[in-house]
Amino acid sequence: MGKAIGQAIKRKEDPRLITGQAKYLDDIQLPGMVYAAVLRSPYAHANIKSIDTSEAESQPGVVGVFTGKDFADLNPLPCAWQAGGVNNNANTPRTLEIDKVTFTGAGVAVVVAESRYAAEDALQYIHVDYEVLPTVVDAKKATEPGAPQLHENAPNNICMEWTCGDEAGTDKALGEADVVVKQAIRNQRLLPTPMDSRGAIGIYSPVSEDYTVYMTSQCPHIMRLLMTAFVFGMPESKMRCISPHVGGGFGTKIFLYPEYCMVAAVSKKLGGLPVKWMETRRENYVATSHGRDHVTEFEVAAKSDGTITGLKVETYANLGGILSTIAPGIPTTLYGRMLSGVYKIPNIYCKVYGTYTNTGMVDAYRGAGRPEASYLVERAVDLVAQELGMDPTEVRRKNFIPPEAFPYAPASNILNGLKYDSGNYAGALDKALELIDYKNLRKEQEEARKAGRLMGIGFSSYVEICGVAPSAWVGLNGEGWGAGLWESANVRVHLTGQVVVTTGSQPHGQGHETTMAQIAADLLGMDVADVRVEHSDTLGTPFGYGTYGSRSATVGGTAIYNSVQKIIEKAKKIGAHMLEAAPEDVTFEDGKVFVKGSPDKAKTIQEVALAAAVAYDLPAGTEPFLDDTTYYDPPNCTYPFGTHVCIVEVDKDSGHVQIKRYLAVDDVGKKINPLIVDGQIHGGVVQGVGQALWEGAMYDDNGQLVSGSLMDYALPKAHYLPMIETDSTETPSPVNPMGIKGAGEAGTIASAQAVVNAVVDALAPYGIKHIDMPLTPQKVWEAIHSNGNGGN
Amino acid sequence: MYPAKFDYYRASSVQEAIQLLQEHEDAKLLAGGHSLIPAMKLRLAQPPALIDIGRIAELRGVTQDNGSIKVGALTVHADVAASDVLQSQCPLLAEAASNVGDRQVRHKGTIGGNLAHADPASDLPAAVLALGGTIHLLGPGGSRQVAAADFFLDLLATDLHEDEVLTAIEVPAISGKTGTAYLKFEHPASGYALCGAAAVVSLNDDGTCAGASLCFNGVTATPHNASAVAAALVGKTLDDATIDQAVNANLSIADPMGDMYASGPYRVEVAKTYAKRALKAARDRA
Repeated sequence: MGKAIGQAIKRKEDPRLITGQAKYLDDIQLPGMVYAAVLRSPYAHANIKSIDTSEAESQPGVVGVFTGKDFADLNPLPCAWQAGGVNNNANTPRTLEIDKVTFTGAGVAVVVAESRYAAEDALQYIHVDYEVLPTVVDAKKATEPGAPQLHENAPNNICMEWTCGDEAGTDKALGEADVVVKQAIRNQRLLPTPMDSRGAIGIYSPVSEDYTVYMTSQCPHIMRLLMTAFVFGMPESKMRCISPHVGGGFGTKIFLYPEYCMVAAVSKKLGGLPVKWMETRRENYVATSHGRDHVTEFEVAAKSDGTITGLKVETYANLGGILSTIAPGIPTTLYGRMLSGVYKIPNIYCKVYGTYTNTGMVDAYRGAGRPEASYLVERAVDLVAQELGMDPTEVRRKNFIPPEAFPYAPASNILNGLKYDSGNYAGALDKALELIDYKNLRKEQEEARKAGRLMGIGFSSYVEICGVAPSAWVGLNGEGWGAGLWESANVRVHLTGQVVVTTGSQPHGQGHETTMAQIAADLLGMDVADVRVEHSDTLGTPFGYGTYGSRSATVGGTAIYNSVQKIIEKAKKIGAHMLEAAPEDVTFEDGKVFVKGSPDKAKTIQEVALAAAVAYDLPAGTEPFLDDTTYYDPPNCTYPFGTHVCIVEVDKDSGHVQIKRYLAVDDVGKKINPLIVDGQIHGGVVQGVGQALWEGAMYDDNGQLVSGSLMDYALPKAHYLPMIETDSTETPSPVNPMGIKGAGEAGTIASAQAVVNAVVDALAPYGIKHIDMPLTPQKVWEAIHSNGNGGN
Repeated sequence: MYPAKFDYYRASSVQEAIQLLQEHEDAKLLAGGHSLIPAMKLRLAQPPALIDIGRIAELRGVTQDNGSIKVGALTVHADVAASDVLQSQCPLLAEAASNVGDRQVRHKGTIGGNLAHADPASDLPAAVLALGGTIHLLGPGGSRQVAAADFFLDLLATDLHEDEVLTAIEVPAISGKTGTAYLKFEHPASGYALCGAAAVVSLNDDGTCAGASLCFNGVTATPHNASAVAAALVGKTLDDATIDQAVNANLSIADPMGDMYASGPYRVEVAKTYAKRALKAARDRA
């Protein structure tokens, strides 16, 4: 490789982003634009008996008022990942709900006005007659007899029942084990909270009868496909989707939302006026998909020496009132199949009930299924260690899949023969132990305890599945994904020697414009500054699946790699012609074509590009221009791993948890840009720590989101955390030519359990084995004081 | 986050503000706007008119006079926290102000607005109460002064009349061997006090306690004055055990507030812990 991959260069896009020059959705103003405000259901479960819009229509500035009935010709939004037994009960949102609502915040009407204020003012004049129905919000209680029923086609509110692994074998292991530890755990619901909330602008052209839709999406091509082919019933060519700069997504902007369809449909009703809708933070909290929300019981079996022999898991996954775009795939494929973690667990069985409740939709959120799996496995390992009186690092080490066992097929059965690609789990743990000075830490802990202070050390050794792609994996064998999953890249070397890379990926904070430029520049032997990365507009980019599942570098990046390789082959042919040499005699190195052994007489890639573009002297049969497009479908996913260590001190008199140190040792394979990887790890860790200590979406029994604002929902704040320490090991992935594994979600997947394990370790003197997240000071205080000795 | 329609007036003097308040029913005074504007954006408050007093210079600044310190209502939290006069002669108020919100909030939010809004979880009420502060009010009938103990009536409710302007807060300068402390247990979402403890401890030359005061934010609908704890300390030598015992035996808080993050009974437990810590810190600083 050349000189650009592996360089910790600053992000090319940042000057634009941090000086306010970048245009986010709400920055876009178009002539004649009108503004939409959505009326949302105040009830979590209700039949809509009638809606009277007449008074709202006569309010000042109002251009139009519409209800679900106005868009009855549009199909319900599709559920694109119908994993595990979602058969005839995929209940999904409509552009606006017509007959009933199943969660607070569902859109029932829209006011369009000359200003956003006027639209908001008119909302109160829409009169909706609701028949309010009883509610259920808990994933497990929804399945119990007597629970309110949300959908006729889903008895007991069960949307799906899904299993993986071997039940009989796992039961046998549990029966034969020296110890079995049982634990009930909750993985609480989270509100993703991207800084840039969701929005869309719809523009219909009455002349060409087509649509342009700007949207805050992580995948504009998929949005176009789903909106045209599934909702509107028309060809893709009738719509252009554009994601402008998008300020954070965390998965929540993968999905098709009703409002994106609404702005397009409303624009058509209004003869083509551009219609903008931008959600408020309140709307973002009630109406944008949430993450996690599992109610789980598990049993883990082990021998007395710490060898884990079985893991049995039963999970109720809350999917909300209706299904978001890929909701069923998250607690199944991306959760159950990763329950082996980094361990050689011979027997695994997982059963998942996906249930409907009167709550907001739940779908992928940073890590998506894998944080839930990793949290469970790492809590289970610590519980085994606690039960056996062993050091938690020793139980981990004893059960690690050894490096020579790769490629490794876990008992949780990843599907279709996919195996963990490569790993050196003990290597990451060893490095973490050395960096944290583990031996002395335990001594320090001993001293602290003697002095009456509660210090805790928590570990998380994790593996995740990312670079989510292989079409043959997700698209086959009943896993329910409705399409392939690959990625595209077009690379052009223009006659000035400047390179344009066009990707089907969609950056929303990851730094694609830098890392992807580094890949092309590295291979072409050029300056990173000479490579421009274009993206995010279905007009002018090849079809691509977008950005999520830590897939942009591994899948999208490899597509670029392959395109550049083909361009280099062509450049060698043209260069040889220019050098009057035979193509087989030339080589391409460091940006130059030359005859092997004679680097002094060379043609630079820029010279070749010019020759290819002007095209008056090309080898016979050669097309002009250096331009190639790749559609890359990898043979496997990638499996980053690592060990995180968290050190906490618990204030026993208040229950407050202070993180004293946090160390992340991650192996993301080869790094394209270590600075960006570091940033991803920092951000990811903070999101996991946020889940562990502070965040939690709360619905009351009536289905009202009581954590509906940032005054109530506790996001991590910078001053709550110490500087995160990062380091890495490097185990290249054999899956792709650059050996990269992906880094976007690793921090989040690894971190929550490191914190919880640390707190439980701190509280070990009180015999505490588990506290559910978030570890609020009250919960911690109550745990300390519930054993009768008052913590004193 | 789109407020309902409202009229806007700017007052150039306190007298003009009072006149505008009389002319416009249900109008609200706008100072720093850090409580009012968010409430309006959520349409929880829909005042028909705002009267902006933010540019009335006479309401801004810290002055001292004969053992007492007067802080103009429009003095922003950052200026209260950074005031040399307050830091040396009434450090409790400066310390409490330094705990309000974040840096941006502290440069915009005002002490008068904060106290007039009377958010029970805000940082200033307990400090003003513990200091025995006085609230200066001006209305059509002239000025009046209300002791902090009488000012806070209920959740978001004070003795401030609809046509009055809160003009200043007066607090005594500390004298002799007096130490103060404000300790805050922060609500992780809002940044407000889940429990804030303000303590004042004065010592005699022999080290015994000459007087004490202990008040809390965040636990009850109005700042709680733990006078029984303070009384139990007077005359005692304040070693740790004495303070712990005084708090354990005398701190009782009725009707604590709770939310989904921290229940009322738990907040009382936190108050006990923070009472001990604040009193010890104040003692150490005396």
